[in-house]
Amino acid sequence: MEVIQLHEAMVFLGRFPALAGVNLAVHTGEIIALQGPNGAGKTTLLKLCAGLIPLDKGSGKVLGHDLDSEQKSIRRSVAMLGHTSGLYEDLTVDENILFWAQAAGLDRAAAYDRRDDAIQRMGIEERLRRLPVSRLSAGQKRRTSLASLAVRRPQLWLLDEPHSGLDQEGRESVDLFIKEAVKAGATVMIASHELDRINSLSPRVVTIAGGVVAGGEKQ
Amino acid sequence: MKDLRIEIRSRVIVNQVAPFAVLVLVLFGFALDADQRTLRLFAPGLFWVAILLCLLLAVQRSVSLEVINDSLLGLKMAGLSPSSIFLGKAMAVFVQMIFLELFLTGGVIIFYGASIDDLALWIVSGLVAALALSATGTLYGALASGLEVRETLLPILLLPVLAPVLIGATKAYSGALGESVTNGWQWTGLLSLFALAALALGAMAYGVLVEE
Repeated sequence: MEVIQLHEAMVFLGRFPALAGVNLAVHTGEIIALQGPNGAGKTTLLKLCAGLIPLDKGSGKVLGHDLDSEQKSIRRSVAMLGHTSGLYEDLTVDENILFWAQAAGLDRAAAYDRRDDAIQRMGIEERLRRLPVSRLSAGQKRRTSLASLAVRRPQLWLLDEPHSGLDQEGRESVDLFIKEAVKAGATVMIASHELDRINSLSPRVVTIAGGVVAGGEKQ
Repeated sequence: MKDLRIEIRSRVIVNQVAPFAVLVLVLFGFALDADQRTLRLFAPGLFWVAILLCLLLAVQRSVSLEVINDSLLGLKMAGLSPSSIFLGKAMAVFVQMIFLELFLTGGVIIFYGASIDDLALWIVSGLVAALALSATGTLYGALASGLEVRETLLPILLLPVLAPVLIGATKAYSGALGESVTNGWQWTGLLSLFALAALALGAMAYGVLVEE
């Protein structure tokens, strides 16, 4: 199944064509590495696929939902991790993950179950659970962010520079998470301008330059 | 609610905004260099100006919670209805405003020698004004959140809109303190209409404002 289908997709930021006619097809279970210099359009492409910004020209579908008219449906099935943690610094790890589980519409019992499951899968140590997020290291915050998204069990993960700011151990834990997400049936698209950091994931590399896909767009 | 839990944890309102509010009252007293009779007369207006300044801090704080780590992105992705996000944030600011009003009530009694003649009017008008301020503040906070200079722009956008609340609340409190013959309940009624309009507009417009 094609998780992402984009045909001549264009996104304008003001008059600037951030995406200038992207053609891309991504299948279930793939790991896609979006490579390109700063300003190439990687983050814009991720946001488009997350249903966060509108498609200005062209056509596209994500998880079978039309990008023009079904953005809210796309958002519910997709998890996006941006440059920041998306967490509330004064809440504990437990409270953050539980909040995001409940925000996703889970009832109380299911939210608690999913929280505990996500914490276990992310390898978050028991001693960290009651600490406020402000006291965590960068790697611990990244794992907490991923756990907060994992409670929704998304079918598509969109990760923007997920290894940024992490030490070797942190990067390895992110890589492990990605492999397990794909093993569980999800599809992952990672934006990174440091290709050597994600080579261990054996991704299909899609190069973006000047808002268009310069290579690797179809398998 | 999440915002209130964060506030209880961080104690920004208790440790920073409340002392600021008291400081404003004291500075007003120094600036006016007035006797207690005059201060009691001005107390309602000074009280609500202090509350308005505190509202700016509370709203800035409410906005920054979602902006600092881009938690707003997560709220959009989670599929929460914008109106429920608005109501949740407005209610959190409302609770903080109530706390500050109680705190400042003590302030005007101690520093200005005010005494409350009509407690029911004081309480009801305080609640309604807080609701109007919180709803409007949360809405304008969302408006300013996408702007780079939101810290300085928010007061410019918000304060003029809240002028009717300032007038109405001051008149109502003047009546409650027995400092004027104004019918404070009529002003409270007008405040109620403002509050309802602000809540309705906020629930409808919040989603549009927070979308990119």
